[in-house]
Amino acid sequence: MDYTVIIGLEVHVQLQTRTKLFCGCSTRFNPDHPNTQTCPVCLGLPGALPVLNREAFHLGMKTGLAINCEIPSFTKWDRKQYYYPDLPKAYQISQYDLPMSQNGWLEIEIDPETRETKKVGIIRAHLEEDAGKNSHDESGRGHDSKVDLNRCGTPLVEIVSEPDLRSAQEARKYLEELKLLLTYIDVSDCNMQEGSLRCDANVNLHIHQENGETIPTPIVEIKNLNSFRGVEQAIEFEVKRQWEAWQETKLSLHDVPKETRGWDADRGITLEQRGKEEAADYRYFPDPDLAPVTVTDAEREKVSSELCERPALRRNRLESEYELSAYDAAVIIDQGLAFADYFEQVAKGCQNGKQAANWVTQDVLRELKEKGLEISSFTIKPEILAALLEKVERSEITTKSARTVFQELINSEESELNAASVQSIIEDKGLAMVSDTGALEAAVQAVVAKNEKAVADFQSGKQAAVGALIGQVMREVKGADPKVVRELLIEKMS
Amino acid sequence: MSNTSATASELLAKMNSGEVSSEEITAACLEEIARRDNSINAFLSLQAETALETAREVDRKRKAGEPLGKLAGIPVALKDNICAKGATTTCASKMLEAFTPPYDAHIVEQLRAADAVLIGKTNLDEFAMGSSTENSAFKTTANPWNTKCAAGGSSGGSAAAVAAGFAPLSLGSDTGGSIRQPASFCGVVGLKPTYGRVSRYGLVAFASSLDQIGPFARDVTDAALLLETIAGKDQRDTTSLDADVPSYTKNLEQPLENLKVGYIEHLHAEGLHEDVKAATQQALEVYKSLGAELIPVELPHAKYCVATYYIIAPSEASSNLARYDGVHYGYRAKQFDNMIDMYAASRGEAFGDEVKRRIMLGTYALSSGYYDAYYLKALKVRRLIRNDFEQAFQKVDIIASPVTPTPAFEIGELVDDPLAMYLADIFTTSANLSGIPGVSVPAGMSQNKLPIGLQLLAPPLEEERLLRAARMFERETDWHRQRPE
Repeated sequence: MDYTVIIGLEVHVQLQTRTKLFCGCSTRFNPDHPNTQTCPVCLGLPGALPVLNREAFHLGMKTGLAINCEIPSFTKWDRKQYYYPDLPKAYQISQYDLPMSQNGWLEIEIDPETRETKKVGIIRAHLEEDAGKNSHDESGRGHDSKVDLNRCGTPLVEIVSEPDLRSAQEARKYLEELKLLLTYIDVSDCNMQEGSLRCDANVNLHIHQENGETIPTPIVEIKNLNSFRGVEQAIEFEVKRQWEAWQETKLSLHDVPKETRGWDADRGITLEQRGKEEAADYRYFPDPDLAPVTVTDAEREKVSSELCERPALRRNRLESEYELSAYDAAVIIDQGLAFADYFEQVAKGCQNGKQAANWVTQDVLRELKEKGLEISSFTIKPEILAALLEKVERSEITTKSARTVFQELINSEESELNAASVQSIIEDKGLAMVSDTGALEAAVQAVVAKNEKAVADFQSGKQAAVGALIGQVMREVKGADPKVVRELLIEKMS
Repeated sequence: MSNTSATASELLAKMNSGEVSSEEITAACLEEIARRDNSINAFLSLQAETALETAREVDRKRKAGEPLGKLAGIPVALKDNICAKGATTTCASKMLEAFTPPYDAHIVEQLRAADAVLIGKTNLDEFAMGSSTENSAFKTTANPWNTKCAAGGSSGGSAAAVAAGFAPLSLGSDTGGSIRQPASFCGVVGLKPTYGRVSRYGLVAFASSLDQIGPFARDVTDAALLLETIAGKDQRDTTSLDADVPSYTKNLEQPLENLKVGYIEHLHAEGLHEDVKAATQQALEVYKSLGAELIPVELPHAKYCVATYYIIAPSEASSNLARYDGVHYGYRAKQFDNMIDMYAASRGEAFGDEVKRRIMLGTYALSSGYYDAYYLKALKVRRLIRNDFEQAFQKVDIIASPVTPTPAFEIGELVDDPLAMYLADIFTTSANLSGIPGVSVPAGMSQNKLPIGLQLLAPPLEEERLLRAARMFERETDWHRQRPE
């Protein structure tokens, strides 16, 4: 007897609009100043009315199109009703039966070895307003709970996948690809710590019986997943738990209603959250305060044309256009849109994609990580790095010298840097490759004369002896091309 | 006419000629209120100080020859479900007894810009749910014509204030007849505009798809003047209509030619009072004498109006009133065990019976398993009712009918029979369900000396036609000049 894991994800993404979904309040993350970004509309005061933020709708459309959804020509707003202190109207304006986008998919790579991909179906992506945030006294001293409504009314897009994911790893991969995509198309910063990307997972097992029948176990919704690692661990835990529960109880999906469990990251377990007796009836109905929205073909095309190249396509293009390894292309794409743009500017500038990839994925990335920088604030602009690599490409300096120059550039003030900086550092440090064979030959001659033993070793067949001699010549003549030195030495000694 | 019984237009003329000041008019209104409102109970709060200040400022501007708004110096009363900065907005509910909104409703901004003098907030049925103001948590408004009788509702305070000489103009809200019915009971003009003609921003919602703010006045001209002051698109209410606002006063005196007046033959249902029937008949005769053609119209689905209304309005109300949970503002119970209990206790203690009844009706109608049979079905019937009117208005220009089946009933007469109270909405709810404008104009007196109104309905955004038709009738009759003792 075995089983298949069935996973569907519901992802909430905060759209990066300046103002809230139905009022003009700021959406800035500002937990230190609670209830300062509010107005009668998002406070739900009597008599206040919502007005749709067109920019949020626009970003919602962009999201829908990026995940290959249909954007219906008619969509409306519904009230989802429940009582909770972080929801001042006691209903959330959301979308029920006519979401603004539906029937899409997202492709993920499920095996890095074979590079096998899978299209994960997306049922729908709809817009809704976020709730505020409650904080409770955890000291046990019975202090009051507090409510911060700064976040209340922030635009969210909820993306609901089909139950197409078959393992915790696939779920994580889907989430990572989704985050990458949404940051690429610039609709969200997807910052999980600040709650801009939140995930709930629906998990159950299909138990394969010996007689060929398949029995589904009860569906569990796992909440409170706020990191990629958490998603993966929580699903792994839940799969194990459900398998054990099945062996013990033999209860199927038809015997038990859907259960909600919370992920406790500290203890590494899921815990039952909401009792079955409180199964919610949200009493959805169309919000009479908001007119439905119609979308024309022209609007759809306009938003479509604004979409940048999506990460999956760009990854493939980098591989073919710059002859990169799949690994390098993935590393570059995974750093985000600005980084990929940086790479391409360097690669075009120096005319060598592989070299550019080596530098940006190693030297540049190391520097960013050490200093905790974003590529946008990195002082060596792509045209400067391209100018440097072009010197290597043209054999004007050695790769080693280039690293010296790179270090100098990093240590310089950004304001002092320009395209000419590279050349002046090379000159100051005397790193230019010496093409004057007269000087080189003299140095080679002198080194050969001084190292009788090494010459004898070489002549008796020890190729390695050349290495030590190359070093000596290079110390004499800075900027010499080691390849040329090697050839001259061998010539002299043979 | 005295300063407390004159129309706003007459008072404006008197102020412009220097015969009287806004301060004198405002003071006269306040005196009248002080003298008689303890028996009428039209007001829940007065803004006497700020009203007099505004009046003096308008007098100064008028004297200095500075530009003045349309209602410069005219006292206006607001139904207490319309938010005005600095004044409590209680909705006649314990729930909001201490609630002072930090903002002005759109129409309040319009009134301030028109230099109107906001004099006080008037009584209503709690959250505008009712037809008599008996559901107010604080007081019941008496009919100025006979204080044993109801002023009607839910905008009873606003209607009574205009009838009693407390303010020449007032504003109410009409969800199923809440302007037209009290206007009819109190013998004043009351108009419910087309849905979306006036912004709802700052009107505490009862049933959002039906609610509409409208004017009360002592004659049609004043109603036109107040409507043109408050109507128009407001970016904060996306259901407000983006249509030009004509000057409703400009062509008001010009009679409509070849007017076709529709009347409903079969709606003269059981329970229609003889006096009401006679007054409606006489009104039709007046139109006939003016050369209008009388044409019977069919509204086959009108008989479902009350049932449809009492599904849709409570459904929306159950959602709109969910926010009053004791957490963020408003009433919170003193004693409770936990969060759920706090919600239940706060709402249980602060809402009156009628509000609870409608919240329960609406919650039931929207519940899973019942939604299709009730709410969705009601929306479909609503569409049919709207179609009925569209077809009727292809044949006629306006439709005339009674406003209510009876003149004002006695206070207490119907409180134990909510269904009978609901059924009295038979002539008024159709205008809200179909979104069309309607007006009640004084059209008679019962044998017991209680006013009787005539309702006129027009197609969407045809307020100009509606008002001109009303003015044609008014000019031929004397009912609007009568004042209670």
